[in-house]
Amino acid sequence: MAKAHVYKRNHINTDEIIPARYLNTDNEQELAKHCMEDLDAGFVKNLSKGDVIVAGDDFGCGSSREHAVWAIRGAGVATVIAGTFARIFYRNAIDCGFYLIESKDAVERINGGDEVQIDYDKGIIEDKTTGQRIEFRPLPDFALEIIRDGGLLEHIKKSK
Amino acid sequence: MGMTITEKILARASGNKTVKAGDLINAKIDVVMCHDITTPAAISMLIEKGIDKVFDKNKIVVTPDHFQPAKDIKSAELHKRLDEWARRHKIRYYYKLGRAGVCHALLPEQGHIRPGEVIVGGDSHTCTYGAFAAFSTGIGSTDLAASIATGELWFRVPESIKFVLNGKLPKGVYSKDVILAVITRIGVDGALYKAMEFVGPALKDMSMEARMTITNMAIEAGAKNGVIGFDATTKKYLARHLKDKKAYKVFESDADTEYSSVEEFDCSKLEPMVAMPHLPSNAKPISQCKGMAMDQAYIGSCTNGRIEDLRIVAKIFKGKEVKIRTIIVPATPTIWKQADDEGLFDVFYKAGCVISAPTCGACLGGFMGILAAGEKCISTTNRNFVGRMGSPKSEVYLASPATAAASAIEGKLVDPRKYI
Repeated sequence: MAKAHVYKRNHINTDEIIPARYLNTDNEQELAKHCMEDLDAGFVKNLSKGDVIVAGDDFGCGSSREHAVWAIRGAGVATVIAGTFARIFYRNAIDCGFYLIESKDAVERINGGDEVQIDYDKGIIEDKTTGQRIEFRPLPDFALEIIRDGGLLEHIKKSK
Repeated sequence: MGMTITEKILARASGNKTVKAGDLINAKIDVVMCHDITTPAAISMLIEKGIDKVFDKNKIVVTPDHFQPAKDIKSAELHKRLDEWARRHKIRYYYKLGRAGVCHALLPEQGHIRPGEVIVGGDSHTCTYGAFAAFSTGIGSTDLAASIATGELWFRVPESIKFVLNGKLPKGVYSKDVILAVITRIGVDGALYKAMEFVGPALKDMSMEARMTITNMAIEAGAKNGVIGFDATTKKYLARHLKDKKAYKVFESDADTEYSSVEEFDCSKLEPMVAMPHLPSNAKPISQCKGMAMDQAYIGSCTNGRIEDLRIVAKIFKGKEVKIRTIIVPATPTIWKQADDEGLFDVFYKAGCVISAPTCGACLGGFMGILAAGEKCISTTNRNFVGRMGSPKSEVYLASPATAAASAIEGKLVDPRKYI
């Protein structure tokens, strides 16, 4: 079962997700070791594969480094649920085929450590710990198409 | 209903007569900017996917800048991958060490930015080029790979917010102070997904360099792009710098355009501003924060590392010595040479500063001036996030070159106007 790692702060930025001192590599597994390091040094240690991050508004603001998405994905995070996303991070995630969930409601209702189950197609988060059922609007169709194709480059190859 | 300048540029680029905010379009790219952090990954992706090609070797501009000259073995490997790829594809505008500079200072200076065009770059501050009545935006490595291979990219046409900059800037107050005040009013996500269109009389008196400082920081309010209309100042700069002298297309917003909101600023009432840690939107007028002790001053970056900035700093430093470590980073080799020719280096040397080769360097905590835990840096850069310039326990204070210079002399935050 996926556990929620909750940071209710707004504006969690790319420098916190993956500090620039680690940008001398683009290896996903290397980056993953330092995921969220400047925000929560214990993050990687406490994470199990398939867990989710829950955060406030404007998640991923700052740099255009796709390394932020790779670090999160490489660490084993299944999705990020946030009030809103910064636009380059949002694009980068879609381009990499990584799901994001935008839902202020979910951010308000999910507590740290809650067990959650997500149906991406139907747009439903079930919080098994509290028994809540939270609906969200899935990503727009064009974005889902890119994600289903396995990212933007595969999508382009397919449509050419 | 009329169209904004951003909509008009995107309509042209997508082959549409009109587009409106919210439309999903496929736009042709005129220039793709590539540097050493995000491009090597894009290259690897292209090779891995079996689409290792470039859409037009004349429309891709490559300059290593973030960690150049290579700061360690790993960054040397990044540079090597970039170099091998640029040579293999015979990229026409590949600026190697010695010609390379901080990308957003280098591309306009070397004449790659033209009004009406669409520029993308693997760097969030690519929005800088909007100062030339162009559409430009930052992208990640996958988008970069797609742009390099196909010369096209999908966009959602953004809504626009209009910022009216009224009045005349007082002495000692600069475009950096304006943009810090703008971001502080609307917040770091105040323009999320949107275009920030700057208009108004205060812009008239600003050089292209000063205008670039404004559009450079549009991303710090979450914007997709920042844009400033074309005028005589733009024309004059382009006449001096453009590589390709063929006619460019000038677009302007229609008078009956609807904006998602309009923000008015009286620039004549502005004070020098300093953004407190850890957000660019935490700016305070200098009168409310002066006296705070600093450990380092950093003058450089794509925001404020241009010749005009160095001249302002040298004027303040002339005949004085700095109290704290002060690092000066001319953004490009041309700026470096110009500063030397104008005698600015002599002033910097006598004041006790160190002068670096062009690099993004410590702005993003790379090298050339990293901060230890507990240290405070007054910096002319664009971000003051936690750990941005070094230790997660260090602090970055953003300000204009004048404020940074004056603060370097006294070792604390001071109002630069007494030195001007």
